[in-house]
Amino acid sequence: MTGKARSHIVQDEPLVFEISAPGKRGCQLPPLDVPAVDAAEVLGAANVRREIEGFPELSEVEVVRHFTRLSTWNYAIDLGMYPLGSCTMKYNPRANEAAASVEGLLWAHPYQPEETVQGCLEIMARLERALAEITGMDAVSLQPAAGAHGELTGILLIRALLASRGNPRRKILIPDSAHGTNPATAAIAGYEVENIRSNERGMIDIEAFPSLVTEDVAALMITNPNTLGVFEVNIARIAEILHSKGALLYMDGANMNALVGITRPGDAGVDVLHLNLHKTFSTPHGGGGPGSGPVAVKKELEPFLPKPRLKQVNGQWRWDYDRPQSIGRVRAFYGNFGVLVRALAYIMACGPEGLRAATVDAVLNSNYVRKKLEPYYDLPHKEPSMHECVFSDRRQARHGVRTMDIAKRLIDYGFHPYTVAFPLIVPGALMIEPTESESLRELDLFIEAMIAIAREAEENPELVRTAPHTTRTSRVDEVTAARKPILRWRPER
Amino acid sequence: MRFLPKSDAERRQMLEALGLESVEELFAQIPPELRLGRPLALEPGRSEFEVLEFMRACGRQNKTGLPCFLGAGAYYHYRPVVVETLASRGEFLTAYTPYQAEISQGLLTAIFEFQTMICQLTGMDVANASMYDGSTAMAEAALMARRITGREHVVVAASVHPEYREVLRTYAHNQAIRIREAPYDPESGAVNVRAAASLLDDNTAALIIQSPNFFGVVEPLGELAEAAHAAGALLIHAFSEAVSLGLLAPCEQADIVAGELQSFALPPSYGGPYAGVIATREIRPPAARQAGWPDHGHARQSRLLPDAGHARATHPARKSHLEHLHEPGAGGADGDHLHAAYGKQGLRELAEQNLAKAHYLAARLPLRFRGPFFNEFVVRCEAQPPEAINRALAGRNIIGGLPLARFYPELSDCMLLCVTEMIRREDMDRLAEVFQPGGAA
Repeated sequence: MTGKARSHIVQDEPLVFEISAPGKRGCQLPPLDVPAVDAAEVLGAANVRREIEGFPELSEVEVVRHFTRLSTWNYAIDLGMYPLGSCTMKYNPRANEAAASVEGLLWAHPYQPEETVQGCLEIMARLERALAEITGMDAVSLQPAAGAHGELTGILLIRALLASRGNPRRKILIPDSAHGTNPATAAIAGYEVENIRSNERGMIDIEAFPSLVTEDVAALMITNPNTLGVFEVNIARIAEILHSKGALLYMDGANMNALVGITRPGDAGVDVLHLNLHKTFSTPHGGGGPGSGPVAVKKELEPFLPKPRLKQVNGQWRWDYDRPQSIGRVRAFYGNFGVLVRALAYIMACGPEGLRAATVDAVLNSNYVRKKLEPYYDLPHKEPSMHECVFSDRRQARHGVRTMDIAKRLIDYGFHPYTVAFPLIVPGALMIEPTESESLRELDLFIEAMIAIAREAEENPELVRTAPHTTRTSRVDEVTAARKPILRWRPER
Repeated sequence: MRFLPKSDAERRQMLEALGLESVEELFAQIPPELRLGRPLALEPGRSEFEVLEFMRACGRQNKTGLPCFLGAGAYYHYRPVVVETLASRGEFLTAYTPYQAEISQGLLTAIFEFQTMICQLTGMDVANASMYDGSTAMAEAALMARRITGREHVVVAASVHPEYREVLRTYAHNQAIRIREAPYDPESGAVNVRAAASLLDDNTAALIIQSPNFFGVVEPLGELAEAAHAAGALLIHAFSEAVSLGLLAPCEQADIVAGELQSFALPPSYGGPYAGVIATREIRPPAARQAGWPDHGHARQSRLLPDAGHARATHPARKSHLEHLHEPGAGGADGDHLHAAYGKQGLRELAEQNLAKAHYLAARLPLRFRGPFFNEFVVRCEAQPPEAINRALAGRNIIGGLPLARFYPELSDCMLLCVTEMIRREDMDRLAEVFQPGGAA
């Protein structure tokens, strides 16, 4: 084994319900300073519950130990490299957390009069401006709560614009290398999806493309760099072709970490894109949320953005609800404000030089990993890589070792696996995105681990196929779990 | 740049390994005309001290830290210290969606516990591990009802949070879902059951009711569920004030419960991030992600995510499915910490304090509606318009209620007030004074 991980004692911990005992409590309220009321009397007896059956009762120290013990069963960015392709698992600066915890921001109520929340509105306005500059777009909505939500918002905007021109059209074109959320987004926005095949270079085939853009096509959803980590070199031409036929170009900005400060989607002709603040702009993933998925658009789409919109009146920020062409709200209130604060803190800390330097390091790291692993793993597409590189398990598969096996073995070496079996256009894909947050030492340890696993796949494939061997649990049976799930605890009778 | 862990010498060493002279060559594939060729027009990078100074200054520009009587979907509840302590642990905070079960057991266990507690609170059989927020959870519940029933349309109560209804309209707009609104009774502030029933037909997928509703009134969920079921529709129970679950009886006849958990340990944070949730009866899989146990021999050692979300993100049944991937909201773990911190008795007492305080204040003000209420209620502003009362309160360092004209023109002389455990009796007395004739002077 290499030098990143070794096993040590881990605490066991039952479920919270199993350590509960009647009468224990972890929290004390101040004494009630008004007369108590009889709930049954004021609410009606039928409206009042007797108790919350089975609800846990724990003391404070037990609560702290419970969750602290659980936390030690998790891998996280704070523990090391997390090379999940297309997820951009970069370091989450702790200063961002401090920024979002400023009391005056934390306790601002969304329905306070605007003159009493100018600080919040200033932060949102600054972030809108910064994101517009970074993407080369004209206007930004911060309302969508996550990437897929931003996608949906973006496609609804396209639909609204085209409908205002008389015909929303029927179809959205989506490359076969796209993120899985893209087809779902198109469908929920009321569009049919037409998949388009990548060429042998992993890009959109620019020769065949014009014939695909019929009068029925509303937009192309493109990811750039695409999920192979390859820059779509014809993006400007693609935009021109779409525009000449009255269609629009949507860009999935999930891979924006490869582009910031180097090139701007807006300058290439992109009409709408969403960003993932929890990827490119360093806000924590929190085990799956909260994220934030702002949408950036060109001027002609601005009237359709979700309402309300920020506007300045006599030097004060106000919400503008009078937006007759708006697609409406996509969520209550104004967006995941706490996430927006973190993203602005990151952009302010980096500045233009820092943002560009991060992009450069992200691309450098990915190319370094690619170069060092190419002798050991099959690289199906040879185009230059941006922020991520995609191998296949073709060589290891000869020994019966597949990408999931390699991924699970990587856990034994102390790393979180790469993205497994995606993109779909690469059978048995290993999709590796190191991000800029990895030191040369961490990268070398990762490379060493991957090379060691490649050797194990030849010499002792069973060892890899049955990995992980050092975790609390052996490899879980995902098939059974999906077919016969137990989704909640129930007391034993 | 302090976030980048490499020395220049290391960068040169890496470039050398790649056979490159400069980092610019890494971007050679980008056509020159698309390269930016100038620094981004942003302010120069700043130290941590400067960034935090800026944020604190923004915080000071806001008026907070005062007694606040605003609710309406975002609530001021006390946040026990352990919640923040535990939720900010890097192992939870800086982990991704638990794709790799073997090294995500902590998060998955917390989510499993969270799902169970949501079931206990709502009386449902299964729950998912959080939606973006209450408004999107409610919209997803409507889409779910449509898939389950095969019917097209929904009826939503006019007493549902107006912004939740707006989100529902946005989601429904391109899916040919017709939305009809069931009026509230002008006396009680609750849905008029007969009027709601008359809107249901054989193409209605669901009747959507919020309880306590936007006016704080507890709706007759049982009667409304009967009306919905009589028409073959589902009843969706939406909620925005989760603390009410500590005291109010769950509706046994509801088919789907969709709501907002901000009241459980999440600060108002100017409207987000919050945490939505969907719970339902057995067999009806809610949208988005769930954690579960495989049902086999070593269940105790291994828990994982059956993970509708993962399946959709990476292996989409392209074209065929209408279900939209939802990344979870503010995190089950956070809410889980609070449930656990308050516990069974604590949550009950919390709810009882809210009820008692709200009724203390309500007894001193002219109520607009007669229906039973939890911790929010609508008052008539008889002497002065709501805005004038709020200005007078602002002068006394109190943040008043929400004037309702914006959402309900017919209630333009009314405001919605919320009283939580954070409000002291003397602040309520000071507020009540302003409502007296001449009190706003």
